[in-house]
Amino acid sequence: MTAAAITEEGTVDIRDRADVVRQIRQLVVFAIVAVLTLVFWLSTEDAVIPYRLGEGEDVSTFDGAVALVLCFLLALVALGLAAVNRVPRGWAGTLIYLAVGLAFVLSFLIWSYGDQMTETPTALLNPLPGTVRLSTPLILGAMAGCLCERAGVINLAIEGQMLVGAYFAALAATVVSSATFGLVGGLVAGVALSVLLGFFALRYQMNQVVLGVVLIALATGLTDFLLSQLPRELNEPEILQRIAIPVLSDIPLLGPTLFDQNLLVYLMYVAVAGSTLLLFETRWGLRVRAVGEHPKAADTVGIKVNRLRWQAVLLGGAMAGLGGAYFTVGSTGSFDSNASAGNGFIALAAVIMGRWHPIGATLSACLFGFCFTLQAQLAFLDKIPGELLRASPYLVTLIAVAGFVGRVRPPAADGEPYVKG
Amino acid sequence: MSSLRMTAGWWASAKVTLAAFAIALLIGAVLIAFSDEDVVETLPNLFTYPGDFFVAAADAIGSSYWAMLKGSLGSWHAIASTLERSAPLICAGLGVTFAFRAGLFNIGAQGQMTIAALIGGYVAFAWQLPAGLHLLCALVACLIGGALWGGVAGVLKAQAGAHEVITTIMLNYVAASVLLYALSKDAFQRPGSDNALSPQPLDTARFPSIGGVHLGVLLALLAAVLVWWVLDRSTLGFELRAVGANPNAARTAGMSTTVVYTVAMVIAGALAGLAAAMNVLGEGNALSPTLVGSIGFDAITVALLGRASPVGTVLAGLLFGAMSVGGVAMQASVGTPKELTAVIQALIVLFVAAPTFVKALMRFKDQGGGTTLLAKGWGA
Repeated sequence: MTAAAITEEGTVDIRDRADVVRQIRQLVVFAIVAVLTLVFWLSTEDAVIPYRLGEGEDVSTFDGAVALVLCFLLALVALGLAAVNRVPRGWAGTLIYLAVGLAFVLSFLIWSYGDQMTETPTALLNPLPGTVRLSTPLILGAMAGCLCERAGVINLAIEGQMLVGAYFAALAATVVSSATFGLVGGLVAGVALSVLLGFFALRYQMNQVVLGVVLIALATGLTDFLLSQLPRELNEPEILQRIAIPVLSDIPLLGPTLFDQNLLVYLMYVAVAGSTLLLFETRWGLRVRAVGEHPKAADTVGIKVNRLRWQAVLLGGAMAGLGGAYFTVGSTGSFDSNASAGNGFIALAAVIMGRWHPIGATLSACLFGFCFTLQAQLAFLDKIPGELLRASPYLVTLIAVAGFVGRVRPPAADGEPYVKG
Repeated sequence: MSSLRMTAGWWASAKVTLAAFAIALLIGAVLIAFSDEDVVETLPNLFTYPGDFFVAAADAIGSSYWAMLKGSLGSWHAIASTLERSAPLICAGLGVTFAFRAGLFNIGAQGQMTIAALIGGYVAFAWQLPAGLHLLCALVACLIGGALWGGVAGVLKAQAGAHEVITTIMLNYVAASVLLYALSKDAFQRPGSDNALSPQPLDTARFPSIGGVHLGVLLALLAAVLVWWVLDRSTLGFELRAVGANPNAARTAGMSTTVVYTVAMVIAGALAGLAAAMNVLGEGNALSPTLVGSIGFDAITVALLGRASPVGTVLAGLLFGAMSVGGVAMQASVGTPKELTAVIQALIVLFVAAPTFVKALMRFKDQGGGTTLLAKGWGA
């Protein structure tokens, strides 16, 4: 479908359907943002909002009246660019999306925290440390997804790996009475479920989508069964303590956000850096990606396809298991039925939104973590009903996926078993 | 000649499926044995008196499976509850199956059921209408609610290329929030109560029942026949399967993938809506945050066990319904934890979907049969 038009200067302007769809998507999303920022601006009378940078810090105030106007103008400019179809592609385009997103969040926050009539208004607490904390399991799960799928194995079972990781982390931590040892338990359990994934997907060429669903059901059933069978005393683990890294944690804003967290968060940094370097800077990573894109070609040059896939699947399982440990030793302690509460699915969405790249997946996961943190904070204000606020991270994903991500291209051989011959 | 080969293929396939069940039940038996107190007591003396252990284990396994069978099929009452439990699983499973045939992996039955129950349930308890008409209105409301929610995922997929696995998962959560929000409003709460619980659906909106089974069950079977007809006998079904098998080829042949994706998700959603109707108008449950339970997710396993065919989905739904009714009976009468049924169900699907593994384990000669579902990736 091509629509060609000859403009006045005589140049031929050819637009394909994808370009038209892209423009429509941008128009819709930017128009929604522009309208909302306008509403926020006009309905906020007192834009002076109280905020705190850290948990122990004093409350300061910030006048957001000018910011509200600027946010609306920014959205309007973006809308104008979209209207004449001049939104740049590549990095500049991403920057515009990011700016519009930030403008929306800022004006939304000012609107939420403005106009508080009470004597002691609720202060906006710096959401960044919470974001990093809540993103940790999502990011670890997303790394598992990236590693497996780059090697050509669909890993739908992240949720299941997290669930067993969570249970066995609690069990191991209780038995040895050390939260750190719980991480080992979670890791081993995640790998164990990955062994099943690899065994049926790689050795017996089972449909990987079916396998993923089944493994989730199995993990749910098994953890519920164990929870009902083993005595409660085996499910009372210690919780990982925060470790402030000297010097680094004293950096304003960034320090408490990144360097005053528990061990699991630091492991997450290692996992992200490790996965990225492994996949894109090492010979192993090049081979893994080759196996995921064109296993036959890889096999022809002597790469052992299934051996590499096994390695990627097991490494991924270790990360998802660690991510699962967050739900017990990393946060609340004891294991409850269905402790991972759909985080594995969200990690999966982060993988797809991040286009199967560890950094992209990490950023997507952080977006979720940010929404979760804000939602928990905003529940104290009564502006939006808490029940609807709970839906916000998922609505944001829907808009992001439909508006910006669109059609994605997975690794070419993702989900296809490889049989030599 | 060809019919002979077909018979041979049928037998090989049945043999693999039976073996898959046997392996799953065997692993289940081991778990039952070790969850039984009497068996665990004999463990310290396993090597001096091995007989005690085996007698106790056989007793535990036998009585548990017997209780499960009796609880699900042993009396008319048991059969009735099995049928009623199976009906929503069958309907929601059909929804997953239908989308699956168009190459869409619909994880959203949960959300579609939730919205359907919300709208249909409201019509069922708030409207005052004569008996037959009220049921019809409530039923249609359920179908519309499900179709609406499924349609959103379909439109997003068709128009914006948003992957249906992401959108349906997200829509599940959004639906749960919408239900919670509605249940916090007076319009949806019982008068004078502040709990997240709606009034009971009125009797005029309920399916009539015969012999303890509501007639919605018949509707579920009718839906299965209809889905079979649409998929295998209609033009729409042909296009659906063509797009599912190879969207590029279908597009080249002049079919509109946009229309097919949207229609497939709308119908899949309506089927999930029918499942919600079984729950609300059939069993007469009031709206609550836990109304749908895990039916939406079990529906995926049901559809996969039924190999995405309408007949298979009905059989798988009946099996899962029977096991879940039987599991509760088993816990009540013998004390074996009902959580085990979920494990056994997952194992059954695992082995049925991995015929190559079962054949290798049982040393069957490879005579074909028991093929896996088409292995498909993310790309569509």
